[in-house]
Amino acid sequence: MSELDEVHRRLEHAPGDEEQVSVRLRVLGYLIGLALAIVLTATSFFIAGTDLVWQPSIPVAIIVLAIAQMGVHLVFFLHITTGADNTNNVMALAFGLLIVFLVIGGSLWIMANLNQHMLPMDQIMQMQR
Amino acid sequence: MSGRTMLGKLTWSAIPFDQPIPLLAGAVVLVVILAVLVWVVVAGHLPDLWREWITSVDHKRIGVMYTLLACVMLLRGFSDAIMMRAQQAVAFHSNGFLPPEHYNQIFSAHGTIMIFFVAMPFVIGLMNLVVPLQLGVRDVAFPTLNSVGFWLTATGALLVNISLVIGEFARTGWLPYPPLSELTYSPGVGVDYYLWSLEISGVGTLVAGINLVTTVLKIRTKGMSYMRMPMFCWTTLASNLLIIAAFPILTATLAMLILDRYLGFHFFTNDGGGNVMMFMNLIWAWGHPEVYILVLPAFGIYSEVVSTFSGKPLFGYRSMVLATMAICVISFMVWLHHFFTMGAGPDVNAIFGIASMIIAVPTGVKIYNWLFTMFAGRIRFSTPMMWSIGFMVTFIIGGLTGVLVAVPPADFLLHNSLFLVAHFHNVIIGGVLFGAFAGYTYWFPKAFGFRLHEGWGIASFWFWLIGFYVAFMPLYAVGFLGMTRRMQHFDVAEWRPWLAIASIGAGLVLVGILCQIAQLVVSIRRRAELRDVTGDPWDGRSLEWATASPPPVFNFAILPDVTGEDAYWAMKRRARDEGEHEPAYGPIDMPRNSPTGFVCAFFATVMGFALIWHIWWMVGLGLLGAFATFVVFAWRDHDEYEIPADEVARLDRANLQARRNLVTAAGSI
Amino acid sequence: MSLAVAQDDPHHLGVLAKVGHEGPASKRIVTGYGFWIFLLSDMVMFSCFFAAYAVLLGQTAGGPGGAELFNLNNVAVETACLLLSSFACGMASIAAEVRSHLWFQVAMAVTCVLGLAFLAIEFHEFADLVARGAGPSRSAFLSAFFTLVGCHGGHVSAGILWLLTMMAQVYAKGFRADIQRRFLCFALFWHALDIIWVAVFSVVYLLGSAA
Repeated sequence: MSELDEVHRRLEHAPGDEEQVSVRLRVLGYLIGLALAIVLTATSFFIAGTDLVWQPSIPVAIIVLAIAQMGVHLVFFLHITTGADNTNNVMALAFGLLIVFLVIGGSLWIMANLNQHMLPMDQIMQMQR
Repeated sequence: MSGRTMLGKLTWSAIPFDQPIPLLAGAVVLVVILAVLVWVVVAGHLPDLWREWITSVDHKRIGVMYTLLACVMLLRGFSDAIMMRAQQAVAFHSNGFLPPEHYNQIFSAHGTIMIFFVAMPFVIGLMNLVVPLQLGVRDVAFPTLNSVGFWLTATGALLVNISLVIGEFARTGWLPYPPLSELTYSPGVGVDYYLWSLEISGVGTLVAGINLVTTVLKIRTKGMSYMRMPMFCWTTLASNLLIIAAFPILTATLAMLILDRYLGFHFFTNDGGGNVMMFMNLIWAWGHPEVYILVLPAFGIYSEVVSTFSGKPLFGYRSMVLATMAICVISFMVWLHHFFTMGAGPDVNAIFGIASMIIAVPTGVKIYNWLFTMFAGRIRFSTPMMWSIGFMVTFIIGGLTGVLVAVPPADFLLHNSLFLVAHFHNVIIGGVLFGAFAGYTYWFPKAFGFRLHEGWGIASFWFWLIGFYVAFMPLYAVGFLGMTRRMQHFDVAEWRPWLAIASIGAGLVLVGILCQIAQLVVSIRRRAELRDVTGDPWDGRSLEWATASPPPVFNFAILPDVTGEDAYWAMKRRARDEGEHEPAYGPIDMPRNSPTGFVCAFFATVMGFALIWHIWWMVGLGLLGAFATFVVFAWRDHDEYEIPADEVARLDRANLQARRNLVTAAGSI
Repeated sequence: MSLAVAQDDPHHLGVLAKVGHEGPASKRIVTGYGFWIFLLSDMVMFSCFFAAYAVLLGQTAGGPGGAELFNLNNVAVETACLLLSSFACGMASIAAEVRSHLWFQVAMAVTCVLGLAFLAIEFHEFADLVARGAGPSRSAFLSAFFTLVGCHGGHVSAGILWLLTMMAQVYAKGFRADIQRRFLCFALFWHALDIIWVAVFSVVYLLGSAA
């Protein structure tokens, strides 16, 4: 098995595994990730509470920052990168994201449409009274 | 809420002493189970059963157990079906023989059982049995987890059947639409039985899905690149990707309903701002992919069978792969077509209608590919091939009625009518079940080392096929005549003759099932003459036929080296041209058996039952037990055992010799 | 000749037919990948709760809405706890790889304490809401809120149970290959919970109080 392991170390990547580099560099990697995450989080919290920026842009900004931070976590903590040895992991992630997008987007769209064409149940019940 | 007694809501009144049918059925099942148990113990099979099957982590054994579960539950689901057909045949201006509350439980149980405990375990069982063999490897990615998955599925099936004699089953249909399924309108334990059995078996299915995806993507023999995989492996991949993506949605949706029922949440209630349409939306976001989870493996089976029995490579392999993966993605974009009539506007309805029609295109591509595979082939009309041909004819009808109801205005007329019932039985029986039967006959010799009796198989095929048409074509007609589904009795005279014909069809299907039982019994008794000595009874093309029947526990003495498509076909040609050399055998490490799955399922059953009846101390006990089981499993020091090289060589040489004898015999003719 | 070619390439794949494959992947890759897929399925499950939350956001049934209930200071502390525990978990990964028992146990203990702190704050928040009459059965909005945030909290609790089991196992058995694989899965799980939390604090708390 060890020989096989050797072959695969070069060709493939387990999710969460990273390149074989020195401990110092690896700690540095986590530190960079942590720093970026803290900056992004702090910005998010700041923007949510401030009135310095144009108000309607706040939700967009918060969502963009959240997506950026998820990316940071993926790269620096879960070590999901775009390297050739990571293709399967990224493909699976892409499929998962597609489904997440379809479920959330589809549900919101459908439910908004349904609410527009059909009153919610409690209001129907009220009308029957 | 917590109940005054030790046993929560459970009292003697939970057992329906006043209802003869479930009580009798329950008693018969109990007697049969006891008889089997007594026989097992008296005949001394118990240690074998424990060692060889219950604790087995061998993908072949687990596949067989899945399939067996499916077959047993098919009998249960079918007895529900025949009761419904009989009820509707006699319930004109009368109450028939089934009271409404019982009838409602029967159609709910029929749908639940047929989808979750027949179709699902059947296809998962076949995938488990075959996929590692086709990929040329020794096991699935996570053997012990595989066993856990199976036993959790069995737990779900067990809970549904317990509801027959202790308490009641849901009366809400196979998908418990709120607000009917909320505590206000369904205060009994029926819906709880439904919810917990599906939550538990859903975990089992998810585990199986993860296992098979990882197997296909990460565990293939040398040279088995993606484009060399047999079509069944591709459809397995697609189907299990759908399981991974869709089953969490089911789990989440049912969890919301559970929270509504148990803790007074307001997801789907009428009051408190809940929204019932959220349930329809989410449950069908799972429900539509589920349809393709079932049918894609069946498509894979047909591809294997048609190619083998036509003696040709599969026509349009690339387009087949593309069509499979296209279905995998598009199936997540059509779910609204299950509730066109529930208030969505024309824009939304139109887009989902069009998407639903688009998904018919890749399916059509597949049909043409099978037809062209048969074209100019040397076709052998054995039982698996007959099921495949029967499928093609039947599925086209079902598919076309599906395209019909994909048109929103037409759906407004047909929604919830018997037309719809006829449509989905047309695709599920004609698509999934025929495929499962084709796979069952096709791979039976691989699993057990002898073929199934041909005559009984053909007989069962014809009874099923004709019975299907006689039972369901009339339902299209009464659907057009305006009959809605799930009617316990009716007063419209025009429907009567159609329903009478449909009940005759159900009778024919019953004969078909009896033929299948006879086929199994006859085949077991005459197994000596049906024996498959070479491991390649059908002149197959993929790697599962390259090893003995039944395969040794390690599947392949030496992992095959694949150099092209139709791997085994190429190997056979090479062996004919160049002769064979004895390989250098080495010892093989195999995973050890583990009772983890069985013990875990035991605690899951305890927990599920306790949750249904609000026996909270027992819930804690079950949870603790399940956790302890996993810790014990994680603590073991040896997870593999070694099969010595001598033993590997002995087993493999025997098989090679049998094959050589056959080639010599064929040569001498 | 052309027939022979067709026989060698029955599916007309052309150059694709020549692509080889190295054979089964190593156990570490297989385990990691399987768990990665599980995590993705978990994300899909969370997406349902997010969808339910978004749909039911306005359904307060006359009860309190997010802006009245959420305390962003609490959330900031919770976030800090989880972020730092994720970092500590990363340190444990490195310690496991260099097989340092001491550093591994220290890093895991820190991870655990920070996770417990997170849970304590969350529990306190929930208890406070219930005490103020804003429990999950008050309105559909609160049902969705408690389910979404509680589901994440439940995952963290399960993670802590797993974490303690891992610590005990490494202590008892050392850094065996199968235990290393199990730890890889745990680390993935713990980091993934962080990703979910980013979505939770952004969508539920920040957008909820901004709105």
